[in-house]
Amino acid sequence: MSVQIIPTLAKKATRALIKSGKRSDGRAFDQMRPVKITVGDYKRAEGSATCWLGKTMVAAGIKIGVGTPYPDSPNVGVLSSNAELVPAADPQFQAGPPKEEAIELARVVDRGIRESKCIELEKLCITPGEETRMVYIDSYVMDNDGNYMDAASIAAITALHNTVIEDFGPLPITKKPIANTFIKVGSDILLDPCLEEEYVADARLTISVEENNNVCAMQKAGSGSWTKDEVLKCVDLAITRAAETRKKVEDALAAFGKEPAPAQPSAGKM
Amino acid sequence: MGGTETDIPLLVDGKRNDGRTIDQMRPVKIEAGVLERADGSAYVELGETHAIAAVYGPKEMHPRHALIPNKGVLKVRYSMLPFSVGDRKRPGPDRRSREIAKVTREAFESVVLLDKYPRSAIEIDINIMQADAGTRVVGLTAASVALADAGIAMTDLISSCASGKIEDTVVLDLNGLEDNCGQADVPIAMTGKGEQIALMQMDGLMTKEELNQAMEYAVTGCKELHKAQVDALRRRYQ
Repeated sequence: MSVQIIPTLAKKATRALIKSGKRSDGRAFDQMRPVKITVGDYKRAEGSATCWLGKTMVAAGIKIGVGTPYPDSPNVGVLSSNAELVPAADPQFQAGPPKEEAIELARVVDRGIRESKCIELEKLCITPGEETRMVYIDSYVMDNDGNYMDAASIAAITALHNTVIEDFGPLPITKKPIANTFIKVGSDILLDPCLEEEYVADARLTISVEENNNVCAMQKAGSGSWTKDEVLKCVDLAITRAAETRKKVEDALAAFGKEPAPAQPSAGKM
Repeated sequence: MGGTETDIPLLVDGKRNDGRTIDQMRPVKIEAGVLERADGSAYVELGETHAIAAVYGPKEMHPRHALIPNKGVLKVRYSMLPFSVGDRKRPGPDRRSREIAKVTREAFESVVLLDKYPRSAIEIDINIMQADAGTRVVGLTAASVALADAGIAMTDLISSCASGKIEDTVVLDLNGLEDNCGQADVPIAMTGKGEQIALMQMDGLMTKEELNQAMEYAVTGCKELHKAQVDALRRRYQ
């Protein structure tokens, strides 16, 4: 990503506002922006969802393929996660091979899902050692107003729960791990940062939580640092907020219907 | 052309497999200004083909050595999302998307007043969210609205649709099945006044008379799209 030029005055104003205990959009520090989730938006995908966190928009689609299992786990299906920060989403996002931010996003989304063991990958194996179904998660940041990490995590888990595999049935998936991202500005900790808050963040922390309140993945980023107590405080809040978001995911899935329509056959080249 | 065999009849008594007549376009939906961060943006649905286009600029040209002192440079990226098609598409540009980006860029070079933007770049980013044939024409139609939404000076909007040939009959706007199993595909882009062809490609077999018919259908299709594009922009700025 190229260098973002933010006027020093704007940065100072944002920091001063946070120091006075306020956010530019009027939220409390521990409050998320409105979460909107739509399900089954992309009919060529076996499962799909779009998540808006405020104005940040991430589209996630699940494709199922067939491939060879890894030699060290011959009877386990393969999960693969990819993410792209498309130029449409932000003037700072450049076309070209994925930069480290996009790779980090893909890997954080992947970890939250993989480590919660929510997908029963063993059930996807066709012939041990030879053939298995592959689950591809593709998260596309389409509009970036900060915290695309959480929006992608919500879109991806919703899309997975919407997935129906041809000649197999619904994707065997149990849990709904949800990511919550915090930033630290001076000594203040803010949940779900919008873009102008991200610009002044000293450090970032993403915590993925599953149903039984286990933490299943974390990622610290940014050049600042966190204390142990701060991390634990964030975990507490992440557990509370993840439960609320999970309810929204469930509502969105229920609104779409329990039996999503199977993906349509390939349209091939255009 | 696809040339794939199908058991589904493509044309029965002048009706196509999705119920359309031969000169009928799929339902069109256009919305301008759908993205927050882009300078201009648009969402276009043509049946089951959906695209989001964004425009940035005029902005500083990178790399600097590629800037043109007396006019602006158009840059186009065309990308199909991995989950937009039946078999997952590997992310990243391939030969097909580069070619489409090139012909799309050249189509817009015929209407964008690049002389007004010396030393600058105008970037167009086309994302195909869902594909059911005609992705380049839907992407182009969306990009045109996004350019206008960004306030880029143009002599005209560009509208784009495809004609094709199924069961030895020329039809307007192939759907995915028709594209895969049809005999010819002719994507065309026209300026709003319907006089200038800004993009034209063709694959498959057609006689000169059929090609003429294909162009006539495309002109009427583009006119319908042009109206929807103007309506979308009016709604955006009302």
